[in-house]
This record gives sequence, C-alpha cells and structure tokens, in this order.
Amino acid sequence: MAGFLLKRLLNYLALTSVATVLGYLLVSSTLDPIARFLGRNPPIPQASIDTTLSRLGVNPDTPLLARLGNWIVNLVTTGSLGTSTRGTEVTADIFARSGTSLRLLIIGTILGAIIGIAIGVWGAVRQYKAPDQITTYASFVVLATPVFVLAVLLMITATAINRTTDSQIFNFTGEYTPGLSGGFFTLLGDRIVHLLLPTISLTVFAVASYSRYQRSAMLDVMSADYIRTARSKGRTRGSAMIRHGVRVALIPMSTFFAYSFGLVLTGASVTELAFSWHGMGEYLITSIRNNDINAAAGTILFTSILVLISGTLADFLYAALDPRVRV
Amino acid sequence: MSSIDPTTTTIETEADSASAPPDVRHGVLRRTFRAKRAWIGAIALALITLWAFVGPLLAPYNATDSDVLAFGAAPGGGHWFGTNDIGQDVYAQTLVGLQKSIIIGLIAGPLATLIAGFVGAIAGYFGGVADRVIVWVIDLLLVIPSFFILVLVSPIFKQLSWVALVVLISVFSWMIMARVVRGQTMSLRERDFVKAARYMGVKPLTIIRRHIIPNVASLLIIDATLGVGAAIIFESTLSYFGFGIQVPDVSLGSLLASYSNAAVTRPWLFALPAATLIATVLATSLLGDAFRDAIDPTSGANRD
Repeated sequence: MAGFLLKRLLNYLALTSVATVLGYLLVSSTLDPIARFLGRNPPIPQASIDTTLSRLGVNPDTPLLARLGNWIVNLVTTGSLGTSTRGTEVTADIFARSGTSLRLLIIGTILGAIIGIAIGVWGAVRQYKAPDQITTYASFVVLATPVFVLAVLLMITATAINRTTDSQIFNFTGEYTPGLSGGFFTLLGDRIVHLLLPTISLTVFAVASYSRYQRSAMLDVMSADYIRTARSKGRTRGSAMIRHGVRVALIPMSTFFAYSFGLVLTGASVTELAFSWHGMGEYLITSIRNNDINAAAGTILFTSILVLISGTLADFLYAALDPRVRV
Repeated sequence: MSSIDPTTTTIETEADSASAPPDVRHGVLRRTFRAKRAWIGAIALALITLWAFVGPLLAPYNATDSDVLAFGAAPGGGHWFGTNDIGQDVYAQTLVGLQKSIIIGLIAGPLATLIAGFVGAIAGYFGGVADRVIVWVIDLLLVIPSFFILVLVSPIFKQLSWVALVVLISVFSWMIMARVVRGQTMSLRERDFVKAARYMGVKPLTIIRRHIIPNVASLLIIDATLGVGAAIIFESTLSYFGFGIQVPDVSLGSLLASYSNAAVTRPWLFALPAATLIATVLATSLLGDAFRDAIDPTSGANRD
C-alpha cells in the first residue's frame, strides 16, 4: 500500500508542476501588465513603466521563457512568489487570504456534509416514500440554482427582514464591520453575524449534493448480499442498515469529503465574490482584473498544491478504509 | 459538467442495455417516460423553448425601447416583469436572454459530450501509450477548476463572439465523462462482436464509430441532457461576474448581473429572470435524471 500511495503522490507532484508551469504561461500571455499604466494623465514615461515591470519580473520585453525561468528560480531559492502590483508579497497575501477563506468555509462544509449524509441515508431507507420524494425534488431545485442567485435571494430576504423588524439582525457584506470597537464578544458576535448568510448558502448547496451522493451510495449497499446475510443472521433491518449499510456507504463519501475539503479554499470563489469576502477565490478574480501576473500565477500554484494534498489524502483514505482496494 | 457522478455510473460489463438491439432501446424510452418527472421535464423544456422563441413575437413591448410612461415600474399592466430605470421591458429582455442561454446550453452540453465520447473511446480502445497520455491530460485539466481557467482566458474570448465562449465551456467540461466512457470502452473491447469486427480487419476508427459509440450512446445521452443545464449555469455564473457574454449580447446571467444591485429595493427585477433560469435548468435535469434511471442498471428504478 505504501508503494501505491508513493506512486500516486509522485504522479500528483508531476501534475502540480506541469499545471503550474502551464498556468504561468497562460497568465503571462493573456494578461496585459502595461494596461494599468496607459491612459493616465499625466502620462507615465515609458522608462519608468519599464522599470516597474522589470522589478515585478513581468516586462513583456523579456522573453516569456526567461521570465518563467526567473520566476521558478526565485520560487525555489527564496520561496517567494514575487510582488503583486499593489507592492505586497504574493506569498503573504495568499496566507492571509486563505485564512479568510478557511474561516468562511469550514462551518458550511462540515455542516453540509453531516446534514447531507443524514438526509441521503434517510432518503435511501425510505426510497420512493414521501421524505425521499421531497428531499430528492428539493435537491434538484437547489442544484438547478446558480450559487450567485441563491446568494442574492438570501440578501433580498435578509434586507426585507431587517426592514420589517427595523434592526440589523443580518449584516452580510464582508467578514466584519470595519472600525467596530468593543470587547472580544462584540467583535466575535459581529463576525458570527457576517458568517450567517454565506454559511446558509454554502450549507444548502453542500446538503443538496452530499445527499444525492449518499442516497445513491446507500442504495448500492442496500441491495448487497452481506446485508441479506446480516438480516438472515437475525439482525433487525435498522441494525443491519447501520452496522453494515451506512458504514460501507460512508467509504466513498469519505474520499469525496477529503477531496472537497482540500478544494474548499478555492472552491467557493462565487460565494466569496457574492458576499464580498476577501478570500482566495476573490484574490484570483481581482488579480486578473488588475492584470497582476504574479498574484494570479501564485494562486494557480496554491490551487494545484491543494489538489495535490487533497488527492493524496483521498487516495490514502480510500486505501485505508476499503479492504478491497488494498493491493 | 461533471453531471454524471462516479458513484452511480459503475455500469457492469453485462449491462443488457449496453448491447441492446433496437427494440430494447425503445424500451429505454418507454421506461424513461414511465417516470413522472421525465414528462414534467420534457414538457417544461418544450414549453420554455417555445416561450423563448415565440414569446417575443406576442409580447407587447420589445427589449430595447424605453416606455417613457413607466420608469422602474412594478410588474403589472403591459409590463409583466416590470421595467428597469430607463423604462425597458424586463419581460422582453428576459426572453432575449433566455434564448441565448438555451442556445448556449444546447450547443455546449452536447459538444462536451461529443468530445468526451471520442476521447474516452479512443483512450479505452487503443490502450497503451495513447490511454496513458489521455488519462494524464484529463488529470491535468482537473487540477485547476474550470471556472478559474475560463476566467483566465476570458481576456481572449471577450474580443471574439459568444461562440468562442460556448466552445471554451465545452472544452473544459468533458473530462469526467471521458473517464466513464473510457472505462466502458475497455470492457466493450473484449466483447465478442468487437473482437469479430477486429479480426475481420475493420479499421479501429470504424469500430469505434460503429460498435463502441452506439453501445455507450445511452451514457452519452444522459450526459448531453444533464450537460445542457450545467452549461447554462456555468455560462450564467461567468456572465454574472463579467467574464462571459459581453454587450451587445445578453444572456440570463448578464441580465441578472445588471439587476442584482436593484434586487434589494425592487426584488422582481432579479427574482423573475432568476426563476426563469432555475426552471430551465430544472427541466433539463429532471429529464436527464429520468434517462439515467431508465438506462443505468445501478441507479433508481432498476434496483431490486
């Protein structure tokens, strides 16, 4: 099993490196770093534009491959991903912003997985009965809704509630109220209020997809022979379901969870944008809007490292939990 | 468009439908439409499409003219979805956007399926180096989320027409289905009728076209149907953040983007086009899911 995992890890490493290099080339050829300096009044002298671009390592006069080479050498020797157009270190930006993403996403992801799995099991056990029909159709409706639509609908509702109760129960722009002063609990409460709507939105989508997966995994297991064996041994239906059904059906779900948890930091860019949280997803979008090559390339490297970690984790969990995979 | 999830598409080698003669395939249609939601999905989809293309002819206002007597009006009177700040009829705009969204979905979904079918079949049929290269490319494309890649290349297709966007959406959404087709093809390759064709000297590409693709057709139909809805959502999300459809073209996504700021004070501006979008996607996914239940022996109604 160690050999299998090592082989997978090496494969992921190769994928990460190639994806990063291709990402750098893509970003460098689609973004236009000069655009920021043009059309200013008074016009900026060409020499000073060149100096700035060279300092960032994104001067288009340098051949693309040389820029790539410098970027990699810089990354390997100093661990630095260069400077963003706003003059900050990209590595520091990424650390700060991935913290924001994590705080935004962690509750919604875990809550969504737990509720989703419970609903999925419930639906499978009561197949074609009313609870199953209702949860199935509800998840269809949720999955047919784009994330930004639900976000805006939640904001409309929250504003309406705020207005009718004439208060500020819901506060949904950003991570906290800037300039709010008060004790620890005031600040914590403010953050929790800001978390409410994005967490509802994330949880609803996670519940919809987890329940579909879990229902189908559970149905696969329920028709298996070992459930019949357990029943004929004298176990009650409920006990056979829980001891032999749910536990087995959770195996594919655990890898799914490991994989989506690794992608959590970048996977909710739409939610971040909709609720104005300054996380990783928003970082990539703004860096593209600002023609910021170093920031965008750094984000791609970060994303592919996360895929590397979560992919290895998913493989490891699968091999550890399912005896049939042990080769 | 990872619409076919890996946990439900492990079709066994002996799956009868995989080698179904024509009369059994009629059975698939019958089984599909035995499910109520297949009817709901199909009829709703037909009505929505009809509405999108015939509706504008019957509407009292067109999408661009300003009604000087009704700036920012609520739904009612001649303006069924209300009007915007400069008096344009939102109902007419919704239908124009809906047309574009439907066209985008109907092209991008099946196009992605087409790519998936051929790439997957080639990888599975030839095996060896071709297979390894293709699987590796699929893994590579899955490393960075498609949404990010499309946002990255958006400066390119912003200068081109919306057709470029449609093609790019398909180019980045075939990977998961290609894996499924590859797995199916690997088992089909060892079946007698494929072997027979091979020993008779039929060329590999002809075998793929004549024997492999028809036998995974059912999977491809599910994917194409579910892909329509997925492509519509994908496009509207890109357009919402300004990376998709560019003016003068309008899709439901770009329409929703322009009204999301007014949504809090005049909810109907956002809610009615949004409901149209959800209904369209929901119709395709109900139909696609009913297809899946009828075809895939491991899902839904075919379980014992």
